[in-house]
Amino acid sequence: MAIEVLMPALSPTMTEGTLARWVKAEGDKIAIGDVIAEIETDKATMEVEAVEEGILGRILVPEGTQEVAVNTPIGILVAEGESVPEAGAVKPQAQKAEAPAAQPAATPAAPAASAAPAAAAPTGKRIIASPLAKRIASQKGLDLSRIKGTGPHGRIIRRDVENASVQATAVAPAVTAAVAPAPASRSVPHSSMRKVIARRLSEAKSTIPHFYVSVDVELDALLALRTQLNATSPAEGPDAFKLSVNDMLVKAAAIALKRVPNVNASFTDEAMILHESADISIAVSIPDGLITPILKHAERKSLKEISQETKDLVKRARAGKLKPEEFQGGTFSISNMGMYGVRDFSAIINPPQAAILAIAAGKKQPVVKGNELAIATVMTVTLSVDHRVVDGAVAAEWLSAFRSVVESPLTLVV
Amino acid sequence: MSKTDFDIIVVGGGPGGYVAALRAAQLGLSAAVVEARHLGGICLNWGCIPTKALLRASEINHLLHDLGSYGFSAEKVSFDFPKIIARSRAVSKQLSSGVAHLLKKAKVPVFEGYGKLDGVTGSKRKVLVTPEKGDAVSLTAKHVILATGARARTLPGLEPDGKLVWSYREALVPDALPRRLLVIGSGAIGSEFASFYRNMGSEVTLVEVAPRILPVEDEDISALARKAFEKQGIRVLTSAKIGALRKTDTDVTVPVEVNGKTEEFTVDRVISAVGIVGNIENIGLEGTKIKTDRTHVVTDALCRTGEPGVYAIGDLAGAPWLAHKASHEAVMCVEAIAGKTVHPIDPTKIPGCTYCRPQIASVGYTEARAKEAGYTVRVGKFPLVANGKALAMGEPDGLVKTVFDAATGELLGAHMIGAEVTEMIQGYVIARTGELTEAELAETIFPHPTISESMHEAVLAAYDGALHF
Repeated sequence: MAIEVLMPALSPTMTEGTLARWVKAEGDKIAIGDVIAEIETDKATMEVEAVEEGILGRILVPEGTQEVAVNTPIGILVAEGESVPEAGAVKPQAQKAEAPAAQPAATPAAPAASAAPAAAAPTGKRIIASPLAKRIASQKGLDLSRIKGTGPHGRIIRRDVENASVQATAVAPAVTAAVAPAPASRSVPHSSMRKVIARRLSEAKSTIPHFYVSVDVELDALLALRTQLNATSPAEGPDAFKLSVNDMLVKAAAIALKRVPNVNASFTDEAMILHESADISIAVSIPDGLITPILKHAERKSLKEISQETKDLVKRARAGKLKPEEFQGGTFSISNMGMYGVRDFSAIINPPQAAILAIAAGKKQPVVKGNELAIATVMTVTLSVDHRVVDGAVAAEWLSAFRSVVESPLTLVV
Repeated sequence: MSKTDFDIIVVGGGPGGYVAALRAAQLGLSAAVVEARHLGGICLNWGCIPTKALLRASEINHLLHDLGSYGFSAEKVSFDFPKIIARSRAVSKQLSSGVAHLLKKAKVPVFEGYGKLDGVTGSKRKVLVTPEKGDAVSLTAKHVILATGARARTLPGLEPDGKLVWSYREALVPDALPRRLLVIGSGAIGSEFASFYRNMGSEVTLVEVAPRILPVEDEDISALARKAFEKQGIRVLTSAKIGALRKTDTDVTVPVEVNGKTEEFTVDRVISAVGIVGNIENIGLEGTKIKTDRTHVVTDALCRTGEPGVYAIGDLAGAPWLAHKASHEAVMCVEAIAGKTVHPIDPTKIPGCTYCRPQIASVGYTEARAKEAGYTVRVGKFPLVANGKALAMGEPDGLVKTVFDAATGELLGAHMIGAEVTEMIQGYVIARTGELTEAELAETIFPHPTISESMHEAVLAAYDGALHF
């Protein structure tokens, strides 16, 4: 019996995605668990696995298609020897996607259509909107998840939907460029990620009152400790490790967050939310943008654990294989451009966090110690802070704590 | 010497003012109320409440004269008019002292006297309180909420004289039941008095300058109200002009011109109910940046006037002149002062009720106003004659009407006439405030048998069709 393969929802809030690649071709035999296609969403690429066996009879949505709505039939599976019917005449297939939010696993042998993939959202953040707001949004093609509610408890009400700009929130914006590019320019359609970056950072920079505090930190003690620690690693095997400066700075930031907990916070209209654990988002650049995998509970982890976990996260981030929970959330961010030799920079806060630390390159410099001239490796770090949550003195206190940990780095290992 | 400096001073102790003070106290702000006469304002003392007590009596009188239709017979049914009036006053008094008790419990002092803005001292505003007797007191506060209310409008030639020509105030405390009464103005106040006196046995003529009675209500409702009034024996004249009154010691002759023809009515009393004007005089607005428009103080959506730290709420701030609007503005205004997130009031979400027989209640757009505003509407109507509970109650006259936006399913307005509708309208108000569409209303289960089922049916009628009509 022919079965439709539907566009899966890889996260509870996903409404559309790009069909990045077909792994299987028409006519290929499919076994349960085979990866048949790759879907790209806002921030990650995920694999679609088959939960039925058969033959990929027809590809309905060619690869590279953007903004495919969840639950759109993307292909048809048929039994061996069966002719391929038209789309729409067949039953949808239950699907399993490699995403934590998708239903853990309709058992592979589950009958077709018994599990609706789009309904699988056990951990989704509910969008609170009035019935009228929901209806108008769907009529205007607006994505409610991108609209800020101004009703009671932040509920999205009619006014919010009516005021929302269609361009900013459209579920399926027109792909055609409104302005024809000049002859020497070319127009590159936005990736899903580029759209998210544009939206989130514009919102952050325009709605959060940022201020910036910089401090110079001497790295020599930390570099010496790193050399010593790395020398203790076995040459190879599962216990081998190689600490980076960044790993140590992540840990130092986590310790500073415990010492000055008011920075580990989020602003809401009603209250300031103070976070217990230091979940540190690490900005990682990837070919078409950037992503911030999260090192959770950094304050409790050893340098070795931080190092190994970060390596794994960065590797999977670059491969587009992070799960949504691994890059959504976090309580504090670090952006490190030291490897590019930058002198200093300031970063944009990653909401709902209250601060982000911008780390520049460490350079040998003359410094005055006592009354003597000495040479030290100095880096400038700049904390960008949400002034609604953190005041200047607190930001300065945090930087002082951070510097003290980095300059007396034994704290990192006790 | 008692405390004279507060976070908030409220001038006026009506349903706007005393609620503002109570809310301020709840939020930990110090507040005081300045009131010249009666805590509870017009609403409790000379408006909403005493009229409801009178209308209840007239409803009982109507039932006593209609006992036969329920299978009863009774002889020598009579009433003691002064006792009916006394009961109405007692209800007002009980509630007014209840307000005094609430303020006392909230530790809100009440300064008796007329309050007036009296300039600034440092960062504070001064309010001068002048009592009827004794010395004036000067108070200071960071914020002053003006809530001095409104009074009856007087038209030249129709000035209440306290004897033959009444305002609502004399109409509430008559010494005897007038045999013949003419009511000028068919808004909520005029219609309620017409209904009360007619159901007590007076001959009543109701005169309206607009082409229909209850002119702010939906046209269907106005038409049904007129039909019901006329069935009860009220003479209704619309598009009518009043000529010069001729008074004797005991009666008044009123020439009424309709369509160029003048008819003269000789009656014992006239009630003038031709609107409301705000009490903007003698409250110290002169020389401030506070703007007034005709007889109300101009405010923004958060009740702020042109003068920082001075607010105006309730009737003083303009229509609709409703106690619940005043109270809601009071809470919103105080919460905004306290730094809370507030939501400005949408006038199309304020219900209005008129307690004549049959009762009338509505919220939002009438069908005509929705069309004027550019909506394509879906209208549902359900008559109470098709409702089991209404029939069982012996109250089959009435209608529930809904107006939906055809494009979005938004409930734009709801209009009801019939028994108990003033108690039911809040169902539609919740729907409008919560932005429900026809879908949620259709899916709501209404209890059977109730008159409120007709609210459900009126929603269905706008879409797939009512089940029972």
